Amino acid sequence: MKKERTIMPVQHPEIRNKNFLEVALGLNLGLAKIEASRCLDCKNPRCVPACPVSIDIPAFIKNINEENIEEAYFTIYKSNILPAICGRVCPQEKQCERACILAIKSESVSIGALERFVGDYALEHELKIEECILENNIKVAIVGSGPAGISAAASLRRLGYSVDVYEALHEFGGVLKYGIPDFRLPKDIVDLEIEKATNMGVHFHKNIIIGKSITIDQLFDEYGYKSIFLGNGAGLPKSLGVPGENLTGVYFANEFLTRVNLMKARDFPNTPTPVRIGQNVAVVGGGNVAIDAARTAKRLGAKNVFILYRRDMDALPARLEEVHHAIEEGIDFRLLLNPVEFSGENYSVKEVKCEIMELGEPDSSGRRRPMPTGKYKTFKIDSSIISIGQSPNPILKSATPNLETDSRGRIVVNDYQTSIPGVFAGGDVVSGAATVILAMGAGKEAAVEMDNYIKNNN
Amino acid sequence: MYRIKHKEILNVDVELMIVEAPFVAKNAQPGNFLIVRVDESGERIPLTIVENNETDVTIVYQKLGYSTTLLSKKQIGEELFDVVGPLGKSSHIRDVKCVLGIAGGVGAAPLFPQLKEYANQGIIVDLVIGGRTKEHLILVEKYKEFCRNIYYATDDGSFGTKGFVTQVAEELYQTTTYDLSIAIGPLIMMKNCVALNKKYNVLTDVSLNPIMIDGTGMCGNCRVTINNKTFFACVDGPDFPADGIDFEELMSKQQYYKEEESHICRMKLGKE
Repeated sequence: MKKERTIMPVQHPEIRNKNFLEVALGLNLGLAKIEASRCLDCKNPRCVPACPVSIDIPAFIKNINEENIEEAYFTIYKSNILPAICGRVCPQEKQCERACILAIKSESVSIGALERFVGDYALEHELKIEECILENNIKVAIVGSGPAGISAAASLRRLGYSVDVYEALHEFGGVLKYGIPDFRLPKDIVDLEIEKATNMGVHFHKNIIIGKSITIDQLFDEYGYKSIFLGNGAGLPKSLGVPGENLTGVYFANEFLTRVNLMKARDFPNTPTPVRIGQNVAVVGGGNVAIDAARTAKRLGAKNVFILYRRDMDALPARLEEVHHAIEEGIDFRLLLNPVEFSGENYSVKEVKCEIMELGEPDSSGRRRPMPTGKYKTFKIDSSIISIGQSPNPILKSATPNLETDSRGRIVVNDYQTSIPGVFAGGDVVSGAATVILAMGAGKEAAVEMDNYIKNNN
Repeated sequence: MYRIKHKEILNVDVELMIVEAPFVAKNAQPGNFLIVRVDESGERIPLTIVENNETDVTIVYQKLGYSTTLLSKKQIGEELFDVVGPLGKSSHIRDVKCVLGIAGGVGAAPLFPQLKEYANQGIIVDLVIGGRTKEHLILVEKYKEFCRNIYYATDDGSFGTKGFVTQVAEELYQTTTYDLSIAIGPLIMMKNCVALNKKYNVLTDVSLNPIMIDGTGMCGNCRVTINNKTFFACVDGPDFPADGIDFEELMSKQQYYKEEESHICRMKLGKE
């Protein structure tokens, strides 16, 4: 058995930091088989319970070993209808791969790369699974077509429900479309994966804002839905709350990424939505969104893109692979710096002033708490992108006063059940901004609760 | 879906459309707006819902940039690619006796549903409407249906007073008492109205239309500073009490993509 994991080919950093094509190129069958052969096929696999949607990982890897990729796809598909997406964006190193027994002595099996290989194979070969769905003709509504919504929709559809998904934007996929850049997750892959839910018989409706276009009460009373799942995500950007944050040139990551990803501003003027970033860009934050924003700014032609983060490198919450890729692409990490003020001329940002931090005792997150030092450093900038997290979208809550939320705007649930009978919720709108796969896990589990609720109430 | 049922040229710059959009129309309230995309790769254009019935919405747009010019090329019977709404908070109707609407240019469109709602509630409404020329005074016939008095101002003097709406309003304030003024138009006009109204102790409401992307509170492009606090025009507005709004900041934000806008207009429409 090969000791080290198989390395996935990638585009050269100096080439890829100028284009929006995918960075990681995927494994071919030969490489996939070599990697699959590293799996020990444990009797009590630790990877499966570490997967939020409980994919039978050893089984699909075994299928790859046997060169039965179709079967490998069917194995994954039972638990996760979006393998080409999850294989790309899951933080595997914190989930299945961390649990892998091989990780103790050497390197874990590259489960994510294998999942992606299988997902891509299925898309390439247009593998379709004709599922036998016994219609029960009971209507359920899903709010939001992001990871939580798609996952809940697929699970409910398999149980025989008639499922309608309502999306506020003009494309389906939620954060997969507006948030995650193409170089990490190509948008045609998102569309192809969502098509699988359509093939299953899930109906998607764009341009409908639940709470506005149709209220929750109208969904029940006028449309006859028996239960509703809220998977409307966390899209409200958090602000630093420092002076100068509203100067022009200071973006929230959501705006910047939505312009580039959903509105395709990178192709301006071939597409009509512009984006302007300048040469010196300060990205504030250390999560996946911050790294995505920084790498996107670089690709748009910015010379100096740096990340301002108030902790150190070890505390970065971003996916490890993305941090490595960002460093290779020339993103500068300026650590232990906390922005305290933006200043400019004529309402246009020119400088960001940061307080220098030092690490103190561990805080509730287990990471060493950044402490202010009273010393400052100032950087000249053309623009800044604030990426310090998102709160749940506010519209549904303001239109639905009896929907209970906590002080941070997150929907309060008990076994996915909200304060309104028959209304369930899961994903970022409940947890605050987290990962694609956690949202999918929540959607899947909420579907079971909705099924129970409907059975007990009809 | 989103079929254009009616189209009217209001003047050389401004047009009106009635579009079939039942999911927008059904729950729309005065003060709400919608977002239009003309074609598959189109920009998201926010526009006030001027009027609506159960299935259709009326929009008014000025052919100012590339995307609104594309919109104006669509004809009756054709479809728009996307229409979504209703967005924004519905207008907060204050408990007042006498309201003065002040409309500048295409601002007469977003003012219309609000002012009409005041009239519907039995409140006396007067209107000062201004534009570059007589042709730029829009929706006047519709306003006549519920306004007590209408006063006119044009830049060139082709109709009504030659000059600004603020001049006309100031003259009115000498003889008439208003407890609220709703001013909607270019930022500089709104700013000047606020200053004038302060002088005469008249409360001002405005409607803002900063650049937006999603219109649902996600992007934060539309942030507005009011008394040093940040608001999102899309979900906290678009109507705001005007006191404390940083208009200078809004004007600077509105200019941010000016170069790009003229570039695409030059390139694709052959115009400046």
